[in-house]
Amino acid sequence: MKFSVMVNEGPYTHQAADTAYHFTRAVLDAGHEIFRIFFYHDGVHNGTRMSTPPQDDRHIVDRWSELAHDHDIDLVVCVAAAQRRGILDKDEAKRNGKDGDNIAPGFRISGLGQLIEAGIEADRLLVFGD
Amino acid sequence: MKKFMYVNRHAPHGTIYPLEGLEVVLIGAAFDQDVSMAFIGDGVFQLNKGQDTGALGMKNSAPTYGALGDYEVTKLYVEQESLDERGLELNDLMNLTWEDEEADWVEKPSIRVVSRAQLSDLLEQQDVILNF
Repeated sequence: MKFSVMVNEGPYTHQAADTAYHFTRAVLDAGHEIFRIFFYHDGVHNGTRMSTPPQDDRHIVDRWSELAHDHDIDLVVCVAAAQRRGILDKDEAKRNGKDGDNIAPGFRISGLGQLIEAGIEADRLLVFGD
Repeated sequence: MKKFMYVNRHAPHGTIYPLEGLEVVLIGAAFDQDVSMAFIGDGVFQLNKGQDTGALGMKNSAPTYGALGDYEVTKLYVEQESLDERGLELNDLMNLTWEDEEADWVEKPSIRVVSRAQLSDLLEQQDVILNF
């Protein structure tokens, strides 16, 4: 089966980011396909490479990046939600006159159409968050 | 074509969920799917008449609901029990309409008040449900 995942809460504050990650791993382990993971609302904070949690805790952002690298998963951060919250890639930083970018490896910034498409193309769209 | 339902559960302006939810609905309207919205719990306050965010210093998202008809988002299901529990009635909500192209552009109401049981049936029929 083909799944899409939507993550609506930031890392650490809510369990939603963890649950979405574990669900995704379970989907892949069971031999199913992940069409896309879309980060919205405060969920965009899952995509900052500036995150530096204590060493004895899980690294939520790195975990996503590794998942994208190992399984070629499409991690999409909503551009409008990201701009409000200061998540930028090189192009967005340049376009908005900012002095740096902070997007983590494996993530890309794109529009809400990617979420709708994820709903259309997947057999199931799972939403994690409040 | 898939059936998309956007379920709105939060009061307006207290969180960003209603505003960012509307942004999804407006973008999603371009995808030619069967779209509806549901308003349950405190979400019914999103449709309240006469919202004024001046004192909050926030953008008022309420006028955007008036544009939904132009985006062919014409089915706004409001749960009767949620209205009752909050002392609201249909008359307290904005008068939202859409123009029916197939009926000589006659204006029709977008808001449909449904019971909790009816909404449950509607949810059952959906392919994609997004919560805001």
